[in-house]
Amino acid sequence: MIPELGQFSLVLALLIAIAQSTLPIIGVTRENTIWINSAKYLALLQFFLVLIAFMALMRSYIVSDFTVTNVVNNSHSKKPLLYKIVGTWGNHEGSILLWVLILVSFGGALSLFGSNIPTRLRARVLSVQGWICVGFISFMLFTSNPFERTFPPPLNGNDLNPLLQDIGLAIHPPLLYVGYVGFSIVFSFAVAALMEGEVSSAWARWVRPWILIAWTSLSAGIALGAWWAYYELGWGGWWFWDPVENVSFMPWLVGTALLHSAIVTEKRGAFKAWTVLLAILTFSLSLLGTFIVRSGLLTSVHSFAVDPERGIYILILLAVSIGGSLLLFAYRAPSLESGGLFSPISRESGLLLNNLFLTTAAAIVLFGTLYPLFLEGITGEKISVGPPFFNISFTPIGLLLGSTMAIGPYLKWNRADLAGVLSRIKFLIFISLGVSLFVWYLKSSGPAFAIIGVGVSFWLFTSTFFEWMDRVRLFNKNYFNIFKRIKSQPRSANGMTIAHLGMSFIILGVVGSSAWKEEVISFVEKGSQLEVAGFLVTFEGVTIHQGPNYNSEKATLKVEKEGKFLENLYPERRLYLATGTSTTESAIRQSLAGDLYVTISEPANNKFKGKWVLRLIYEPLVNFIWLGASFLALGGIISITDRRYKIGRTFKYRRTKPINKVVGLDNF
Amino acid sequence: MRRFVFLVPLALSLIIGTFSVWGLLNDRNPSEIPSALINRSIPKFDLSPLPGLRTPGFSRDDLLNLKKVSVINFFASWCLPCRAEHQSLIKLSQNNEIVLAGINYKDINKDALDWLTDLGNPYTYVGNDFSGRTGIDWGITGVPETFIVNRDGKVVHRFSGPLVGVKFKEFKELLTQELR
Repeated sequence: MIPELGQFSLVLALLIAIAQSTLPIIGVTRENTIWINSAKYLALLQFFLVLIAFMALMRSYIVSDFTVTNVVNNSHSKKPLLYKIVGTWGNHEGSILLWVLILVSFGGALSLFGSNIPTRLRARVLSVQGWICVGFISFMLFTSNPFERTFPPPLNGNDLNPLLQDIGLAIHPPLLYVGYVGFSIVFSFAVAALMEGEVSSAWARWVRPWILIAWTSLSAGIALGAWWAYYELGWGGWWFWDPVENVSFMPWLVGTALLHSAIVTEKRGAFKAWTVLLAILTFSLSLLGTFIVRSGLLTSVHSFAVDPERGIYILILLAVSIGGSLLLFAYRAPSLESGGLFSPISRESGLLLNNLFLTTAAAIVLFGTLYPLFLEGITGEKISVGPPFFNISFTPIGLLLGSTMAIGPYLKWNRADLAGVLSRIKFLIFISLGVSLFVWYLKSSGPAFAIIGVGVSFWLFTSTFFEWMDRVRLFNKNYFNIFKRIKSQPRSANGMTIAHLGMSFIILGVVGSSAWKEEVISFVEKGSQLEVAGFLVTFEGVTIHQGPNYNSEKATLKVEKEGKFLENLYPERRLYLATGTSTTESAIRQSLAGDLYVTISEPANNKFKGKWVLRLIYEPLVNFIWLGASFLALGGIISITDRRYKIGRTFKYRRTKPINKVVGLDNF
Repeated sequence: MRRFVFLVPLALSLIIGTFSVWGLLNDRNPSEIPSALINRSIPKFDLSPLPGLRTPGFSRDDLLNLKKVSVINFFASWCLPCRAEHQSLIKLSQNNEIVLAGINYKDINKDALDWLTDLGNPYTYVGNDFSGRTGIDWGITGVPETFIVNRDGKVVHRFSGPLVGVKFKEFKELLTQELR
């Protein structure tokens, strides 16, 4: 009964979506206020209907309702409750339902919190949002119905892929989807603006909080995915330039460009067409990601059950949404006034340079990801493009971006004095060069890019910090009101500083863990000792344990350094009974200087029966990646709360001052 | 002119779209990467026999001089799928028109001997590739892997994984075509 309820509300949601996609937009042209206002209520209704469907599916998972095919295929009665709950989205159908739930949540949120936006624009935005809903709900109902029943019901389910039975599944996909799908509303804003034929500074300000929400979640989602891969998969890496990783990275790169170009549109009324284009492209790349992951177009270690019919359906969706919006862009964008002249050396130019770097980086990733398809299509030759290509092509542009973004915040709008800025911070350049040389002296073996990378990281950190210090007058005699001075800065400016500091940490972590990684693999038995990066590790044997739905063999490793006992590490090898697959549970000794990462596995050769394969990896500075990513997210969150976006305070505000008339410039 | 600039994104997405349509509609398996050796002459090698085994070792020239269609099979005693395909190889060895040659890949001598004694020896030649060097030259991704080489010493087909069931049938068909 409950699954049917879910199915029924999903069908209703589709009908509401059809209404939402047509009524408000017709209302706008016919000047029909009731139809215009219907957008708000339809979007809310839509949200509740999809929420009911989602809850219905989650309930089927929690009570292990094995009459539902989806539950049979992806759950097991003995699975821990947490994984029953989050297992709801650990499969294709469920994850699409989560995707749609987040999509309609954004529509609902715009209805509730977007009252500072003119009703006509909002009606258009919600209508475009409605088109996306129609596309995805119908996709779900026609090709991937999560509520399909099975008869007779089996006694137990096939269990969830053990690699997914991890806390990472609870947070990584939802955050990533909030990122992907959050850009849908930005896309809708862009399409609505093109339909109105006008992009104003106010438009950029209305859309900015949504960009920030999506960008922050996407940043956190990608970082969590990398972290999850790092500790769960047991290979000691966190990024492999796999197609599925790349398709999450491209919207991030273009979204970051959008985040910056929208500032120019907001403050100076320039880059209008460009900002709109980036808004369309960011969401298009998110959609492309969904398509690649679920159609089996490219080969990847991440995959869903592949079904060509689904691929075709998504491809049609893509053609309509991406093709349609870009056609509208080609038709309307030339007539957008491009205002705001600026000199070649100015903050505008700085942000333009940033955009060039970011979009080039995204183009490199896109090209590398799709190259195997292009080549196979043209010559029939099959190849795979892997880390070497991306490392070589991405590293220079990444470092260039890192070193120029240090200067950007110093530049003034309209006309800036680059020579003056450089002479003020030239000592930082010298110190950073010194740091690079010192690293070279310490680690003459490492690759050249690593030595430069540490210098760039240091340069970005110090110059960002110095700029902030200058701004809040950190060493002003009046020490006591330093917090007041920090607080009096616009939140978005503080947010920027934090996010840029985060980038410097990420560069350091990426460089350190990829350039100076040390690894030892060996057969061990009780009492064997191995050494890596100064750690002495003693293998003290394996004990057998029993988990709820798996058996595990847990090794005890004694870790010592310079004769001193540090701690015991317990890497595991688990065998999941229902699927018969095993997973590697790594054990990590974490520290800011570097992680000691250990895994065990059975030897492949029978000859070595009774022995274990012990793998020790030392990953220098890897924790700076996670630290940096949390800074990015924190910076994003602080920016969202900036007063000028007035999230959550709009109701009171609007009655006194209609905000859509105010197109002034804020002090930044 | 300026208007055309705004058509660039649409044009690029159309190109990507076209390739995607082709990629979807075409019946293809993107995770299957063919051998780089196809239609090329077999690489140089000269393998000694397995010590203690009567079957001789062989080299590239030995194969070329035979002017026969040959099947090169990489195997190892530690490889379970090799055990699965062994019956297929035994059947294959009854065909006198072809030369079935085995390359024992990264194996311990005694284990390989035991394996061939227990399961039977289908090979006309067995080369010992203890170091795995020849395996690298042939570009194998794992064992078992089987190559069909034509009379001119060119690699025509590569099969990775055990030759059982449907795969063995497909293999036999391609082999018959080559013999014609």
